[in-house]
Amino acid sequence: MVEWFAEPLSYGFAVRGLLAGLLAALSCAALSAFVVWRGMAFIGDAVAHSILPGIVLAFILRLNLFVGALLAAFVTAAGIGLLTRKQTLREDTAIGVIFTGLFALGIILMSRITSYQDLTHILFGNILGVGRADVFVMLVIAVIIGIAVLVFYKEFLATSFDPGHARAIGLSPEIIRYGLLFLIALTVVAGIQTVGVVLVLALLVTPAATASLLAKRLVVIIVLSELVAIICSFTGFYASFYLDIASGASIVLVLSALFAIVYIGSRIHAR
Amino acid sequence: MSNRGTVLRGWKALRLFTYGRICDTPISDQSSSISVSGVSYRYTGSSHAALDDVTFSIHSGDRVALMGPNGAGKSTLIKLAAGLMEMQTGSILVHGNPAGSCRHRVALVPQRSEVDWRFPVTVRQVVMMGRYVHLGWLKRPRTVDREAVDHAMETMKIADLRDVHIGRLSGGQQQRVMLARALAHDADVLLLDEPLNHVDVATQELMFHVLEDLCEKRGRTAIVSTHDLGILKIHFSRAVFLDHRLIADGPVNEILTPEIIARAYGFEFHREEDLSRWLNGSQNR
Repeated sequence: MVEWFAEPLSYGFAVRGLLAGLLAALSCAALSAFVVWRGMAFIGDAVAHSILPGIVLAFILRLNLFVGALLAAFVTAAGIGLLTRKQTLREDTAIGVIFTGLFALGIILMSRITSYQDLTHILFGNILGVGRADVFVMLVIAVIIGIAVLVFYKEFLATSFDPGHARAIGLSPEIIRYGLLFLIALTVVAGIQTVGVVLVLALLVTPAATASLLAKRLVVIIVLSELVAIICSFTGFYASFYLDIASGASIVLVLSALFAIVYIGSRIHAR
Repeated sequence: MSNRGTVLRGWKALRLFTYGRICDTPISDQSSSISVSGVSYRYTGSSHAALDDVTFSIHSGDRVALMGPNGAGKSTLIKLAAGLMEMQTGSILVHGNPAGSCRHRVALVPQRSEVDWRFPVTVRQVVMMGRYVHLGWLKRPRTVDREAVDHAMETMKIADLRDVHIGRLSGGQQQRVMLARALAHDADVLLLDEPLNHVDVATQELMFHVLEDLCEKRGRTAIVSTHDLGILKIHFSRAVFLDHRLIADGPVNEILTPEIIARAYGFEFHREEDLSRWLNGSQNR
């Protein structure tokens, strides 16, 4: 049994992969409760998809991929803000238009310059291809997210529950929302290595969706989300290693399976 | 346009820093707690003004009913006074300072629909939000904040619900929580936007009892928007009738004439009896 757990860890790439998976899970799950309860799932997915061209351009220009991703995330958030100002368009419409456009641009850029192999890695993640520097950046991101959630917890709470009251005490819900979007962009960047842009939303939504079936207090939901994400990333990682299946999909499928079990359990319990 | 835009953006950026900053501007005019002068407001894309040249002023200790039919501009006025929206024309001064500049002096109880009741917070957490205005960025609640929160919950008789999820409460209990939050805020001016919707009689009585206490004994000011004429005579010292424009404004006893009510609500009372039926109904409670 011990051997079964230890075996993957005798390979450096696998250790890095597991670390990356856990760090991405930690980062995403910390924001998951806010994404779920503020109804930011769609915009989170949009940010995830629309950073693709940023990553590819950074790759071409040999810049840091994280810089490209964050710039693209800013363009997305600003673009959505611009289109919805003055109520020209509904927000979900603006999100839909911008993210599909940018995602398509990213795919075209990729298909011109990189091999098919690289493309699938960015789209679907490759947990066993994580470098030392990647783990370091993901650690930094996890620390930033953790500190941000601790430090701005009461502002996140106040703007989510009652934006009018927040505004009345001089706290701008818009600025908090942009701050959250920036943090979401960071987690997406962290999640790309393990689950890829297409599936990173699962790490942002499913942990808190599962936790919300079990708890009604935000702090508890956040802690449970972290647990759920870590357990599932762990399980998904081992499944990926032993069954030789895609790492991202395997982590996401474990997340979904756990959600299903908890959902059915809570239904039965409620009777 | 670009010049005005720059000023507006600069002001919006500055507003970031009003959060948690206690303004120490002294209360300049004790007699007038809120003065509204020449306020007009038009929403983007709307063809008519929500507020049209509204002017009145309110004294400390007044309990004011802001009356008028739905869509008369009551909420707009309250939002402007609370500093939720930028002023377009005219000015609102709260104890001598422009609306939105002294955040700790004004507490808002918003309409029910503006709050996400499903959000996973407890009663105590919501009441604690009333202290955020005194805390601001980076600060955690201190003993004085926790005491203020406990006191506010006891006043509104919700202390035993402190750890209950806000979504599990009845409409009346939820409204008590919102008023408790406003009490924890410890403001000089309380703005309540349609607080009587979905509220039981016991909560309504408690709410007005608490407001009366605050205003009569401690010189605070309360403005309550409502379209319920029945409670006017019992619970308020003063009424402001609004229908985009100011229809009437004065002490409740003087202002409650059939003509004014008809003008505010757009229907006519032909006989005195018709009106007394509206007014006396709740006096027997």
